[in-house]
Amino acid sequence: MANFSTNEFKSGLKVMLDGDPCSILENEFVKPGKGQAFNRVKMRNLKSGRVWERTFKSGDSLEGADVMDMTLEYSYTDGEFWYFMDPASYEQFAADCDAVSETEKWLKEQEQYEVTLYNGAPLAVTPPNFIELAITETDPGLKGDTAQGGSKPATLGTGAVVRVPLFITEGEVIRIDTRSGEYVSRASKS
Amino acid sequence: MEVETPLLAQATVPDPNLEVFAVSTDVMGESPYRFLQTSPEFAMKRLLAAGSGDIFQISKAFRKEESGRHHNPEFSLLEWYRVDWDHRMLIREVAELVCEMLGRAGWQVWTYRALFQEHLSVDLFDPGIGRLQLLDVAHQRIGDMPPDLDYDATLALLMTHCIEPAISDWGVVFVTEFPVSQAALARTMAVDSGAVAARFECYIDGCEVANGYWEQCDVAALTAQFVTDNEQRQQRGLPIRELDQRLLAAQAEGLPDCAGVALGVDRLLALQTGVSSLAETLSFDWHRA
Repeated sequence: MANFSTNEFKSGLKVMLDGDPCSILENEFVKPGKGQAFNRVKMRNLKSGRVWERTFKSGDSLEGADVMDMTLEYSYTDGEFWYFMDPASYEQFAADCDAVSETEKWLKEQEQYEVTLYNGAPLAVTPPNFIELAITETDPGLKGDTAQGGSKPATLGTGAVVRVPLFITEGEVIRIDTRSGEYVSRASKS
Repeated sequence: MEVETPLLAQATVPDPNLEVFAVSTDVMGESPYRFLQTSPEFAMKRLLAAGSGDIFQISKAFRKEESGRHHNPEFSLLEWYRVDWDHRMLIREVAELVCEMLGRAGWQVWTYRALFQEHLSVDLFDPGIGRLQLLDVAHQRIGDMPPDLDYDATLALLMTHCIEPAISDWGVVFVTEFPVSQAALARTMAVDSGAVAARFECYIDGCEVANGYWEQCDVAALTAQFVTDNEQRQQRGLPIRELDQRLLAAQAEGLPDCAGVALGVDRLLALQTGVSSLAETLSFDWHRA
């Protein structure tokens, strides 16, 4: 991979730091009038998800990381790996539980996910912002309930539990915001 | 007197922390490159040596690879020189100018040493405080640090990461009496505690806006500074700069005793208009130019 100098550090650039792939978030150039200049860089460690703040001497460089994002279709899991497929080439990628992580509860077959590949293997899986899932279990709604008022827990086909309005019933398909994990609406009829 | 000096010149500064844009000239019989000036300092000093008296100009200056919230590689400098003044007199003039422009009531003057004592509890004149001790202080305050910092780079790191944020609510602050190793083109002078550089920086709300010197008039000392700069460039694997013989010849003839300052016009405008980045004061910043 190519090396990147601090003045090439831009938001989204993927570089290697301490053996881990990182994504640059912010890069601030500072210089005390005269003298040595520095770059204060915020980056996300793509393995741990943690944000690191590091200072570099301006002009120092880091090796680029072989990281790319692909839109892949979720196929199935064998319990150990979660398999994703490139809908164009039919190539399969096996993601382990570290890569799937929290996204597991939003995994739906034939749905498309943003998969970050590091050296060709899935490093992280990001769900679409909104996803439609069927409710497998929830208490029956009370008669006379309207859109206003309380909520109740509902278990989805993926195992995720979200709070839904009381009028939602078992078997219904609902739309969820995966970023907050909140119910948005009933799914649009198709 | 207002003056105008060339932006493209045959020589440039050897300062190891300044990178220049070299422009291909393609003229037969000339050196293949000219350099966009990082400040009009050398040309203005040649005018001073020729007897111009007090001079000023607002001009563009160019510094490669300096790009960020407070930096644009192409920027404007107000630079002026006062014959027979020292840096203390010039501090007062700069202070009056910026206070009037920004509607500030007053200013403070701090020595570099006092600022480090106040904010970092280290005395730079203590013979027990060297590079390693400063690295220790920096490590405690900043945590992770770049490797291979020399003494001055460590001071620079403490300045940008600790002192500048600490004086960001102090208004107009002049920092003066710099370590001799950071004299640049200022003369050195003796104070009670030892030798210091007769140099100052003006900070407003933690943002550096001006750098001034009681100028180094001794041509031998100036040449020695340039040679040291080039040695540092060589150590860092940077291109060596040929010394500006026209400047040295003019200074050999005699630069009058004077003080000079360069003030970042774009930064002053950003402060005056209350915007947080230089880009907002420019028609088109570096990335859109």
